[in-house]
Amino acid sequence: MYSVVNFQTMRKLEFALRRLLSSIFVLIGVSIIAFFLARVVPSNAAALYIGPKARPEDIARVEKQLGLDKPLPVQYAIYMRELLHGDLGISIGSKRPVLQELTGRLPATLELLATAMIFAILLGVPLGVLSARAQGKWPDMFVRTASIVGVSMPAFYLGLLLQILFFRNLDLFPLAGRVSNDLRFTNPVEQITNFILLDSFLTGNWVAFKDAALHLVLPSLTLAAYPIGLIARMTRAAMLEVLEQDYIRTARAYGIRDQVVTYLYALKNAISPTLTVIGLTVAFALTGTFYVEVIFNWPGLGLFTVRSLLNLDYPAIMGITLFGATGYVLINLIVDVLQAWIDPRVSLR
Amino acid sequence: MSAVQVAEIETTQNTRTFRHVLNVIVRDPLSLVSTIVLVLFILIAIFAYQVAPSPEEGAGKTNVSNTMLAPSVEHLFGTDRLGRDMLSRVIMGARPALIIPIGVVAFAILLGAPLGAIAGYKGGWIDEVIMRITDLFLAFPSLLLAMAIVMALGRGLQSAAVALVISWWPWYTRLVRGVTISLRQRYFVEAAQAIGVSDWVIILRHILPNTISPILVQATVDMGTVILAMGGLAFLGLGTQPPNPDWGLMVSDGRTYILNQWWIATFPGMAIFIVVLAFNMLGDTLRDIFDPRQYR
Repeated sequence: MYSVVNFQTMRKLEFALRRLLSSIFVLIGVSIIAFFLARVVPSNAAALYIGPKARPEDIARVEKQLGLDKPLPVQYAIYMRELLHGDLGISIGSKRPVLQELTGRLPATLELLATAMIFAILLGVPLGVLSARAQGKWPDMFVRTASIVGVSMPAFYLGLLLQILFFRNLDLFPLAGRVSNDLRFTNPVEQITNFILLDSFLTGNWVAFKDAALHLVLPSLTLAAYPIGLIARMTRAAMLEVLEQDYIRTARAYGIRDQVVTYLYALKNAISPTLTVIGLTVAFALTGTFYVEVIFNWPGLGLFTVRSLLNLDYPAIMGITLFGATGYVLINLIVDVLQAWIDPRVSLR
Repeated sequence: MSAVQVAEIETTQNTRTFRHVLNVIVRDPLSLVSTIVLVLFILIAIFAYQVAPSPEEGAGKTNVSNTMLAPSVEHLFGTDRLGRDMLSRVIMGARPALIIPIGVVAFAILLGAPLGAIAGYKGGWIDEVIMRITDLFLAFPSLLLAMAIVMALGRGLQSAAVALVISWWPWYTRLVRGVTISLRQRYFVEAAQAIGVSDWVIILRHILPNTISPILVQATVDMGTVILAMGGLAFLGLGTQPPNPDWGLMVSDGRTYILNQWWIATFPGMAIFIVVLAFNMLGDTLRDIFDPRQYR
């Protein structure tokens, strides 16, 4: 018995290591693609790096600085050296290091993303279970319709509709922003982690906590619509598959309570495919933040990205692309390893 | 199983698909409605100049005496901040918002499917190289990759379309590779190999035609996502440029006035939602008939 456990743990560790290695290779490839998009595809990369007001002498200087006169492999080597030192260049818009701009805005986006995913899981999984248990009946129809509406609704449109309904008509939630403007004077939040909810909670600043929480509701609901739909759908499909298996029928035949069978026995085995989808939707929601942050004027990475795109802030965009792809690869890695831990069959594939 | 039986099964499977699909669509009310809606929208997009009440305003001509009119009998969808008839704008906007995404998916298939067939049929190092390249492209969130490409190529409808093709083809390579691997062991491929047909002819004549059904199903499922991405790029100012009409761009224009002149953003947004919903419902039905993911 003991050796079997060891064997399984070995398998899992080996799987995790293999996935880690392939992720590193993918990241090297990602850096090559980003390098091509930044330095090779544009006809005058140096001019783009300086911005719209480039003078010929500036262009010549930056061309030297970026090493654009050197052969491509050498250019890539220089680029990678800077990258590994955390140097993503200087933002044209703010004249500050891109990495600093990105890390400074990350908490706002993560706060939004985390709240949206909590909404998505808390609503999506139970809705999927409900739908599967009532297969073919009206709750099932309702959940299926809602989930297809959720995945078909453009985030940049849903946000506006929620603003009309909950701000203009019902006046329940604020229109936009992360906190109210006057809060800065009445109840300023001490910056510890830059997660406003967490900071105000830690300092016991309940006025700010409530204000920040209210500001979070509409943007995170907008961001959660797609994940809710997808998670409900996958949970339903996985539950339907599990519910018709012999061990569930046996459990029922033994007279075990329906709730216990559904939530303990069935959901446990249905959660693995759902987990993959949750990982996938985190990545999808990451791109959803572009729209949501623009609509709700949320001072995070998405808003910064869109501003940089419109200002042709080249170093910033390339930094964001690398940052985003790295995050995406890491999320996928974590989900795969987590899944292997929950479901031993995965690592045997 | 004798060769004759196998051949019979294979022909019935092939004829089954098209008629079977058509039957299911006609019998399922939701798919039927979705199909009708989509055909209608596509026809409107094609005949936009004939259908729009004011094609010039739809294309961008301003009319400053009519700014911000609420929906009425003359202007069913109202007018925008430059006095343009919103109904005409929405009709004309169907071209970049609906027809271009169809083109994007078509090009992604033309690029991705042959690569997938080669990878799946040849196997070995060719397969390895092609699949590792798809891994790279799929390592980016597709919208982010598309944004970076638009940045490198310069803003505009064309760049947005090219960017989406580049970020979408790997999905079809993966799909077709899977289908090809399962086809490779079938008797008709083995028979062709036995009489000395060259690899290229087998891929072109025997493999690719048999991947069309799963590709079409996947394409229907993907259409909604591509339309959303295209609309999103336009919304962010990276796709269609003003004064050209585009649903995503119109939603972005109307955003400023959302609390008072609600109609400017509402109708174009509704158009995107309806089209995406119709594609998703149709895609669901097609996927139920036969799941292209089973090959992945």
